[in-house]
Amino acid sequence: MTDTELRVSKIQNGTVIDHVTAGEALHVLGLLGIDGTEGTTMSLGMNVPSDRLGRKDVVKVEGRELSDSEAEVLSLIAPEATINIIRDYEVVDKRRVERPEEVGGVLVCPNRECITNAGEPVETTFAVLEDGLRCEYCGEIVREDITAHLRD
Amino acid sequence: MRHDHLLTAKQLSRADIETVLDRAAAFDDDPTAAGERHADELLALCFFEPSTRTKMSFETAAKRLGGDVVDMGSVESSSVKKGESLADTVRVVEGYADGVVLRHPKQGAAKMASEHVDVPVVNAGDGAGHHPSQTLLDLYTIREHAGLDDISIGIMGDLKYGRTVHSLAHALTNFDVRQHFVSPESLRLPRSVRYDLHEAGAQVREHEDLDAVLPNLDVLYVTRIQRERFPDEDEYEEVAGEYSITPETLDAAKDDLAVMHPLPRVDEIAAAVDETDNATYFEQAHNGVPVRMALLDLLLDDD
Repeated sequence: MTDTELRVSKIQNGTVIDHVTAGEALHVLGLLGIDGTEGTTMSLGMNVPSDRLGRKDVVKVEGRELSDSEAEVLSLIAPEATINIIRDYEVVDKRRVERPEEVGGVLVCPNRECITNAGEPVETTFAVLEDGLRCEYCGEIVREDITAHLRD
Repeated sequence: MRHDHLLTAKQLSRADIETVLDRAAAFDDDPTAAGERHADELLALCFFEPSTRTKMSFETAAKRLGGDVVDMGSVESSSVKKGESLADTVRVVEGYADGVVLRHPKQGAAKMASEHVDVPVVNAGDGAGHHPSQTLLDLYTIREHAGLDDISIGIMGDLKYGRTVHSLAHALTNFDVRQHFVSPESLRLPRSVRYDLHEAGAQVREHEDLDAVLPNLDVLYVTRIQRERFPDEDEYEEVAGEYSITPETLDAAKDDLAVMHPLPRVDEIAAAVDETDNATYFEQAHNGVPVRMALLDLLLDDD
């Protein structure tokens, strides 16, 4: 990579999410709950040339390691993404995201009549379909804009 | 059938369905056949929405099996009024009874309830979701009149919110049945049900007009179009009129067409149809007892 393509400083501790589907980086930030107001140091590359993907996005977040459930949802919006966990400037863990069979707890069902939206002690669970998600309680199918349904 | 709960019709295989229907037929022939197999067993009836047929037929079925029921009563007179969660309610009730029959306005309520208790839960209607025990009695009725293979069934009315429709459509994918869905555009099957029918490879057609398909049908399953689904009274009246059945409508149908309805009906089947040989809906309602006897017998069986 040359200076003219992308120049961002290394991070000391945190996560580098590479090979994000081009154009999805802002959704990844949404998934992480980062909107810039919380003071997190982060850098973003969008539509960066990539041998594997043609174009890709890259997200670097200082002081934040991705949880397993966040990685699961990440796999839905960026199925080719790789997650690099950085500690003291070194990559201590590098893995591809894996598409899970279901995701629990991180999404809200868009169906207002679903029992998961009724104040009951139940976490949402969505089955992962080829082209979307499906609430395991009411059967509602979510295909578009998955990040819009992230739990606050 | 080996299930802990009955939550949706999707969970039922053809073998499961036939097991219930065969046992129901035995109880239908001889209501005393169950003897006292379930003496001392109690079934909890938790109905968070009004019900006549479903509740009474479960109660009758439990008693004909030698058991009895405990009834939560109306929501207005229960702790729900004080803000108790459904999860807490069923956890308390499982201490009183050997099984729970639950009707609730929220979709997925029965599934959630089943995760909080160790006794069998029967979904007796969860909002616009499912109503699988109704489906079993519908299938029993269809089997009696037309068989369950190589038939054409028309399902008409409110397909979007009609839980009996959703469950029936799922269950029919186990059989060689051509399903014709007849409704106004605004009340077509929801995306989730269409997805399942497609996945199951079901033979499905959608129509806005009954006339086009009526002559080919062996069974016509009519459901109520509810007034509150329409923005104004005029639109409701217009649509409701188009999707109603009179003796004249049936002139174009096969002589042995079975007209079914989960009831209650309002105007969608004229009273004069009751006098025709096609009227099957009261028999259908009566079938609720042997079918629910069979269902409870299987679910409550500890062997």
